[in-house]
Amino acid sequence: MMGSETEGFEEGRLYASKEEMENLVIDDPLNDTKSSYSNYRSAMSSSAISETHHPLSPSILVTPAESDPLLSPPPYRDIRNPSGQRESSYIEPPAYADVIFSPFDGDHFGDVNGVESPSRNSDNSGRFSRSLGSSSSSSLASSSDYIKITVSNPQKEQEASNSIVPGGGTYVTYLITTRTNVPEFGGPEFSVRRRFRDVVTLSDRLAESYRGLFIPPRPDKSVVESQVMHKQEFVEQRRVALEKYLRRLAAHPVIKRSDELRVFLQVQGKLPLPTTTDVASRMLDGAVNLPRQLLGESSSVVAPHEVVQPAKGGRDLLRLFKELKQSMANDWGGSRPPVVEEDKEFLEKKERMNELEQQLTNASQQAESLVKAQQEMGETMGELGLAFIKLTKFENDEVVFDSQKVRANEIKGFATAAVKASRFYRELNAQTVKHLDTLHDHLGLMLAVHSAFSDRSSALLTVQTLLSELSSLQSRAEKLEAASSKIFGADKSRIRKTEELKETIRVTEDAKNVAVREYERIKENNRTELERLDRERKADLLNMMKGFVLNQVGYNEKIANVWTKVVEETSGYAKESS
Amino acid sequence: MITTLMEQQRSVTASSQSPRSPSSQPYLSVSVTDPVKLGNGVQAYVSYRVITRTNLPEYQGPEKIVIRRYSDFIWLRDRLFEKYKGIFIPPLPEKSAVEKFRFSAEFIEMRRQALDIFVNRVASHHELQQSEDLRTFLQADEETMERLRSQETGIFKKKPSDFMQIFKDVQSKVSDVVLGKEKPVEESNPEYEKLKHYIFELENHLAEAQKHAYRLVKRHRELGQSLSDFGKAVKLLGACEGNSLGMAFSELGAKAETLSVKLQKEAHQILMNFEEPLKDYVRAVQSIKATIAERANAFRRHCELAETIKLKEINLNKLSLIRSDRVGEAEMEYNELKAESDEATQTFETIVRLMNEEIVCFQEQKTLDMGTAFHQFAKGQARLANGIADAWRSLLPKLESCSSS
Repeated sequence: MMGSETEGFEEGRLYASKEEMENLVIDDPLNDTKSSYSNYRSAMSSSAISETHHPLSPSILVTPAESDPLLSPPPYRDIRNPSGQRESSYIEPPAYADVIFSPFDGDHFGDVNGVESPSRNSDNSGRFSRSLGSSSSSSLASSSDYIKITVSNPQKEQEASNSIVPGGGTYVTYLITTRTNVPEFGGPEFSVRRRFRDVVTLSDRLAESYRGLFIPPRPDKSVVESQVMHKQEFVEQRRVALEKYLRRLAAHPVIKRSDELRVFLQVQGKLPLPTTTDVASRMLDGAVNLPRQLLGESSSVVAPHEVVQPAKGGRDLLRLFKELKQSMANDWGGSRPPVVEEDKEFLEKKERMNELEQQLTNASQQAESLVKAQQEMGETMGELGLAFIKLTKFENDEVVFDSQKVRANEIKGFATAAVKASRFYRELNAQTVKHLDTLHDHLGLMLAVHSAFSDRSSALLTVQTLLSELSSLQSRAEKLEAASSKIFGADKSRIRKTEELKETIRVTEDAKNVAVREYERIKENNRTELERLDRERKADLLNMMKGFVLNQVGYNEKIANVWTKVVEETSGYAKESS
Repeated sequence: MITTLMEQQRSVTASSQSPRSPSSQPYLSVSVTDPVKLGNGVQAYVSYRVITRTNLPEYQGPEKIVIRRYSDFIWLRDRLFEKYKGIFIPPLPEKSAVEKFRFSAEFIEMRRQALDIFVNRVASHHELQQSEDLRTFLQADEETMERLRSQETGIFKKKPSDFMQIFKDVQSKVSDVVLGKEKPVEESNPEYEKLKHYIFELENHLAEAQKHAYRLVKRHRELGQSLSDFGKAVKLLGACEGNSLGMAFSELGAKAETLSVKLQKEAHQILMNFEEPLKDYVRAVQSIKATIAERANAFRRHCELAETIKLKEINLNKLSLIRSDRVGEAEMEYNELKAESDEATQTFETIVRLMNEEIVCFQEQKTLDMGTAFHQFAKGQARLANGIADAWRSLLPKLESCSSS
């Protein structure tokens, strides 16, 4: 769901063709890059938004543009990404609110240098746990340790020779650099090369080991897009997505300490995690197990350790059948399993999560529209200004009457203001995009929530299946008991059967206990995660609102100033008050 | 009431003294008000109340109210164009827009404003205000007006297509000259050439500016709409979250909806006080083009007649040598022709003189108009931006208290 974040912005003239611009004798044509807001996600990748500002050329203006720092902000690098080549083209427009307003909580608008500042950043890392990094009251104690991950330097590499496809395939690896002060890593800085397939593996392993947790979803495989886009664009898009993903993992309080992540980030060479079972081997596996599962009843028991994983296709055919039968029984309200999906509280929370997801979706969509509207406002204002600049030049060229000179002057003043206002709108919008991104991030997390909830359901199903199996085994044992007690002199086969049955029951009992423990564990994970999610979401959304509001205030003040100046300059034309 | 640029002109040229002091300065003040939709279906149209207040003796009484429709205004404009060649006749708003919007409140209001401006410009022009057709327009009863209006179809009626043709002719002639193609009968007056070129180019620039101005109106509306939608969505999200966060969201949403209203209002202001004046400017330039065409016609006629006169003179001289008995008749013809030629020359020269005066006035007026339009626009934008800043600022303490709780 996080998938395709584009670097997406199109280099383009803001207003008119280059020729038109040159006709205006403006030396430095206003060169702004438009974000393609048709793709909201592309706008979300705020690291991609770069703007170069030039003051209006003095050759047109009688008075040179005043040295307004916001008109030509000093471009500064995102200091935390010294290595990123792409990042070097990135210039973050100064958030006016940052510059002008003293922050309400010092941490919120805090450092840009070095420390992982929680907000107003070029990247949206740690969005989910933004409050963790901040010193606001809701943060946890873990704010002292940090893990900083960078993904860079994509390179093409050749597939090993025994690939199925003749000629060998190529794939891309990414350099993953980690800086950390966490002792378990044994070093402050290190790098590995990984390919996307490794990320999928990591994601799968985490999903298995941390059932019930809200694990940030990994980037899509999106094969289709890789065909459509230019390789370079696609690779860059993926790089950004990977970085975001890994940073989110590192921000999760449990996962950041996981072996899987550590191994992924640190161990050189081939990733030492068992790879995702591909279809072929799975089929193979299943075929081997099939006779045993279908025919040999005695070995139809689910081994306890397998209980800890949900039934997968192929290998666990019989288990799947049983659990399916159980879930149908549940649905039809047939047998009453002793373990009910209790927790009215949980069901309420689940309901609330669904509602929340709906509202987040809605809000995210409207935020997208808002951003688009703001963008277009800025663009049209700029185009209006440009049209008047052309007019002023024209009047000056063809001047015959004094009244023309006067008018040309007024037009120029107006046009300048319009262009300035246009610039402010677009800067405001770039900031707005970053803030409203929060909605989008939290929407993406819903996927993790669904996943965690379904971990819970499948664990419960396993328990229920085992319980009903246990109860049917026990009733069989009882019947056998009853039957043999009637016949005097139990024969050998019956004794054997009873023994075997007792053994099966014991094993099943063990499995059930393990399953129950697993279920409880997952339940607990769900609970703590929900708390964490709620806490962090509230903090994030609050920050979002503050940032959004502050930006609106700051930039609108600037825009008001621009126009107030024009009001003063044209005050001579005011007759009656309107 | 919206302060239009014409209201200020009205107050400049027309005295603001009440009609009750008979010894006051002469004034003529008109308002076009009260649009009412009449008729049904295809026949439906809008009528306006035209109120004339004056102390001029040519008019019947201090106040007169008549009902007029758009085609009546067209009639007046056409008559003035015929009679006062050389003068830049004030422009009229375009014939109807897309059918759907013909009766929209906004369109009607814009048209009303433009018609009001038109009449007042005519009434304040030192020559045009003396027009008998103007008096007829302002005073005649509705039946008379209707009769006159339909008469036009026969004699004078210049359909919009005729104007277009004239424009095209002039345009092509000018561009031909500019492109160095064949030279038709044209004045060789470099200053005038410059003026023509200026006028034609100016129209292009203005049209583009007006286009963007119109788009800006739309942008304001769109931003307003999306802010409103965003506000609603945020409110719902707040309801979901509950507690202080929920309340904060609620307030944010409410603020967004308030600002949406401000934006819609500003959109309307921009439309009426900025985009319309720009359109008006474009129309004025188009009116000048019509005058340019008239001047070209007059020049051609003057030249043709001058040529004819020369020939006639030669013939006359020849005739006086050969057949002196025919001379009398020929002389009479010659004299008639001479009179015509003189008239044509006179007409042409009047046009030239008038145009020279008019262009000075035009430039001055337009500086005034644009200055006013810019002023209004800037005021509106400053007000809007300040309003937005204030509204959002008022939220900050609430948000602050949320985070500390």
